Amino acid sequence: MNIVVCVKQVPDTATERKLRSDDKTLDRDAADGVVNELDEYAVEEALRLKEAHGGEVTVLSMGPAKATETIRKALAMGADKAVHLSDDALRGSDALSTSYALAETLKKIGFDLVILGSESTDARTGVLAAMLAERLGTPQLTLANKVEVDGSAIAIQRVTDYGYDKVEASLPAVVSVVEKINEPRYPSFKGIMAAKKKPVETLAIGDAEISADQVGLASAWSEVVDFAAAPPRAAGTVVKDEGDGGVKAAEFLASKKFV
Amino acid sequence: MSEILVLVEHADGDVKKVTLELLTLARSLGEPSAVWAGPGYTDAAKAKLAEYGAGKIYVAESEEIAGYVVAPKAELLAKLVSDASPAAVLVAATAEGKEIAGRLAIKTDSGVITDAVGLGEGFVADQSIFGGGVNVRSRVTKGTPIVAVRPNSTAPVAEPGAGAEEKVEIALSDAARGAKVVERVKQERGARPELTEAAIVVSGGRGVGSGENFSIIEKLADSLGAAVGASRAATDAGWYPHQFQVGQTGKTVSPQLYVAAGISGAIQHRAGMQTSKTIVVINKDSEAPIFEIADFGVVGDLFQVVPQLTEEIEKRK
Repeated sequence: MNIVVCVKQVPDTATERKLRSDDKTLDRDAADGVVNELDEYAVEEALRLKEAHGGEVTVLSMGPAKATETIRKALAMGADKAVHLSDDALRGSDALSTSYALAETLKKIGFDLVILGSESTDARTGVLAAMLAERLGTPQLTLANKVEVDGSAIAIQRVTDYGYDKVEASLPAVVSVVEKINEPRYPSFKGIMAAKKKPVETLAIGDAEISADQVGLASAWSEVVDFAAAPPRAAGTVVKDEGDGGVKAAEFLASKKFV
Repeated sequence: MSEILVLVEHADGDVKKVTLELLTLARSLGEPSAVWAGPGYTDAAKAKLAEYGAGKIYVAESEEIAGYVVAPKAELLAKLVSDASPAAVLVAATAEGKEIAGRLAIKTDSGVITDAVGLGEGFVADQSIFGGGVNVRSRVTKGTPIVAVRPNSTAPVAEPGAGAEEKVEIALSDAARGAKVVERVKQERGARPELTEAAIVVSGGRGVGSGENFSIIEKLADSLGAAVGASRAATDAGWYPHQFQVGQTGKTVSPQLYVAAGISGAIQHRAGMQTSKTIVVINKDSEAPIFEIADFGVVGDLFQVVPQLTEEIEKRK
């Protein structure tokens, strides 16, 4: 089975994340780049499926040169090889452009199964896997907390508001996984060393037959009009419990008509 | 007035509250038309949608629409966008709503905005990003604006519309029939509201100390008619089921009232709840960062304060 796992480098949530004042895109230099946490579950799921069914795991990442660190981490976990889609023309791409660029690349490199984290911790749109399924014309098996493959058949449990749906489809397919579907492994020392020798193919947009007029900030389907640091919340009232903390909280809730 | 499509969220024939919010919001920007996708349409649902201002109600009741993951609903909306040329399409910013919006955006060559917490003239959307640290105004620049709006962004206000019903037949493409739902498994959460939609959420964190102790969080939630949430520390420890995790990698909630008990308020947690309208905090550590965003805080032992609060609320009922 040819599994492609999409990973994204995101700014570390623990550092200060900013938008650039000039073009209102993410300031990638302001914060440390880390692997999008939910993608680690995707990598782990890909590795487990490979271990159970054979095949190969390819990491696909779209991002600037710096994203190499993220790709190496996925390789250190055990993925076999990587494709790094990197081109200045991609900067500022929105979800529509990103899904287009990734879909074109996936068509070029081929896949039986594409696995992603359910969302990124920076943009948090949660739309990319659905968009890829739409663009590739393959079944959408998203928000999975369980994935089972049997030959060319695939079944997932899709997390819903009320519990979950059991969903069935045939490969090829696009899967997104939620947190806690598995316990992502830590890269071993051996894995880290081996990752340095694994092949990483860097593609520019022309290599993947991606049209320049469909990607990048200038081609985006939406725009940031303006932005500002959120004003600090007005300082609230904090009381020390002196045996009546619960009563005081109830009085506050009553004053706001919640009680 | 220009037509605005609102995709109806419904369960067991009932229209969900978020749809009433979206209809209210759509009324301020144009003429809302409700879109009912899937079986379960009833006279009561029709009356509810009209009560909140739906001028038209497009009804596509085919079983098939609910029988496959997401794609059929996107196809239905794409057909309506093509037939009716609406000024915008609004969906609820639930996990599935956002996926529908994403697919619809591709089908109609339109931009999409997710997790709007407000929507104004010209369909300029307010968003709160980076864990609530930055407020952004954004808008769609190509095609029909598609906006996924977070539950609790607007208070639902009734204002009757004509509610003219229009049946819609749709022949699904093969691609839309790719992922078949073979079984729906409902997990009991009692009478509590759904976490992402609830007007009030009561969450417990590390300070709760055990799964058993979560009963005091649940009792407070039940006294307020609230949903129960949990911090990642609590779900990682196995004290509460993972699907109730509020935070960056879990659920994002934006309720009228958020009560955080025994939660320190790491950025990852705040990312999931910072747009809550009113925040009440109970924590024994006065230095906990969650107090920075509290409208009302009690520095104290949650095992004393929470039961007392519950009792006091019951008394006032």
